[in-house]
Amino acid sequence: MAIKQLSVFVENKTGSLLGLVKKLSEQNVNLRAMSVADTKDFGILRIIVADADKAREIIGSESLVSVNEVIAVEMSDEAGSLYNILKILGDAKINIEYMYAFTASTDLGAYVVIRVNDNAAAESVLHANGIPTLNQEGIHGI
Amino acid sequence: MSRYYQPEIETASREEIVRIQNEKIVRQVRHVYDNVAYYRNLMDKKGVKPEDIKSIDDIKKLPFLSKDDLREAYPYGLLGTDLKNCVRIQSTSGTTGKRVVAFYTQHDIDLWEECCARAIVAAGGSNEDVCQVCYGYGLFTGGPGLNGGSHKVGCLTLPMSSGNTERQIQFMMDLGSTILCCTPSYAAYIGESLAERGYKPEDNKLKAGIFGAEPWTEEMRRSIEKSLGIKAYDIYGLTETSGPGVAFECEEQRGMHINEDHFYAEIIDPETGEVLPEGSKGELVFTSLDKEAFPLLRYRTRDICILSREKCSCGRTHVRMSKPLGRSDDMLIIRGVNVFPSQIETVLLNEGYTPNYQIIVDRVNNSDTLDINVELSPEQFSDKVGDNQRREIQLGEAMRTMLGIKPVIHLVPPKTVVRSEGKAVRVIDKRKLHD
Repeated sequence: MAIKQLSVFVENKTGSLLGLVKKLSEQNVNLRAMSVADTKDFGILRIIVADADKAREIIGSESLVSVNEVIAVEMSDEAGSLYNILKILGDAKINIEYMYAFTASTDLGAYVVIRVNDNAAAESVLHANGIPTLNQEGIHGI
Repeated sequence: MSRYYQPEIETASREEIVRIQNEKIVRQVRHVYDNVAYYRNLMDKKGVKPEDIKSIDDIKKLPFLSKDDLREAYPYGLLGTDLKNCVRIQSTSGTTGKRVVAFYTQHDIDLWEECCARAIVAAGGSNEDVCQVCYGYGLFTGGPGLNGGSHKVGCLTLPMSSGNTERQIQFMMDLGSTILCCTPSYAAYIGESLAERGYKPEDNKLKAGIFGAEPWTEEMRRSIEKSLGIKAYDIYGLTETSGPGVAFECEEQRGMHINEDHFYAEIIDPETGEVLPEGSKGELVFTSLDKEAFPLLRYRTRDICILSREKCSCGRTHVRMSKPLGRSDDMLIIRGVNVFPSQIETVLLNEGYTPNYQIIVDRVNNSDTLDINVELSPEQFSDKVGDNQRREIQLGEAMRTMLGIKPVIHLVPPKTVVRSEGKAVRVIDKRKLHD
């Protein structure tokens, strides 16, 4: 099961990221994972939270937000496990748009968030190879 | 069904048109000089006498009239005949505080309506058509002009005026309207309203629409044509010269034929007033060649466009004008290129963006820079960096094609374009700070 990721357009201006994070912090939204992509003109803040819809509401309609699904792959925190995952996806001809990693606070397990074009195909090939992925409920527990 | 309302004049040879213009301009300048004190003063100041105008080529010796002149001469200062010969006035909305009141003799109304009739026939109209006119009636020229033209062609005329869409649709469906005359935005609205009521484009009997009185894009044309199942024709005019019908589109849809037996068009450099050669982009100037009551000579429209004498496959020989590309008062000169905010707006609409943008012109190291902030809608925003950057590149290319220079595009979130008193500030020219 894929999980929801919020992507927020961040203007290339001092304080824009701060303003966004402030809003989330004031409403006690805990960021489980995040990454910031930057270009010359703008950035894209990508976050994983337990309640994506609530976070979207907090960020507000004046910001550009898109909610899309990504897969969060659970992996062992040791050398070679990312290679293993990427090889499975590569062999299945699944194209990766971007990815970022995080560790869980409870079990200290390692996770990698992967944005692919076909979530269902990616998950099915990973599961077939015995590699678990998180679902939305799973986000609460980590 | 004839393709032309007045074939002899609409397809006349170039020589014949020039002959008519030569004859009319000599007579018209004499008429104005004798009857319009305001313009006589302008001519005297410039040292031009009516006898100096021997042919249409001499027109460049005459002084220009501007909107300011019209305001100064309001209401009767430019009247060309005794009031007892006038039968009607029409007027602009005056929203910019510059109300124009134009006078008409019966002769002036006839020639205006004939011009509208030419436009209707060019759109395929004949006495077998049902012509629904939903331009406003009253002081606005749109309704009365097309109404008169429709009568002249012999169409069954539905004088609907604007608004009350429910009634527009009822008459359209019950009476089987075949030609629709209104503003393009209202045509688009009628199209949407029909769809909301479950009508498909083929459910109506419309075949053509004659749309004008406001700027519209090719994109809008295609969408109106699709939603109503028609061919959409552009029409141009202004109260100062008569009203709609000064120029109109034929089936080619490539520029509007100017009725140059009545209205002589010039393109000038808005800065210097110099007359520019055919094909140049500049301010459109009109001279009415045979109007009696409100005979404006060399009236500066402030519309920027291009004239073309390229042969038209429709058989009409009258010069064609492009859709106005902008207003001379909005023109920016960037790296020597004339840029109009309306061109930028056109590209944005064509490329599926909202017309919320801001142009920032600056001078860095003695070279002009052009940056455009474009608001991105939530549907257009992608979580992938590449998708958004591709948008910037594609939009920049489309702008370069239209403007002739390449701007730097910056995508910004909605509602970030600076607004003052509710109105968006479209242009920030930082160069002025250094001058």
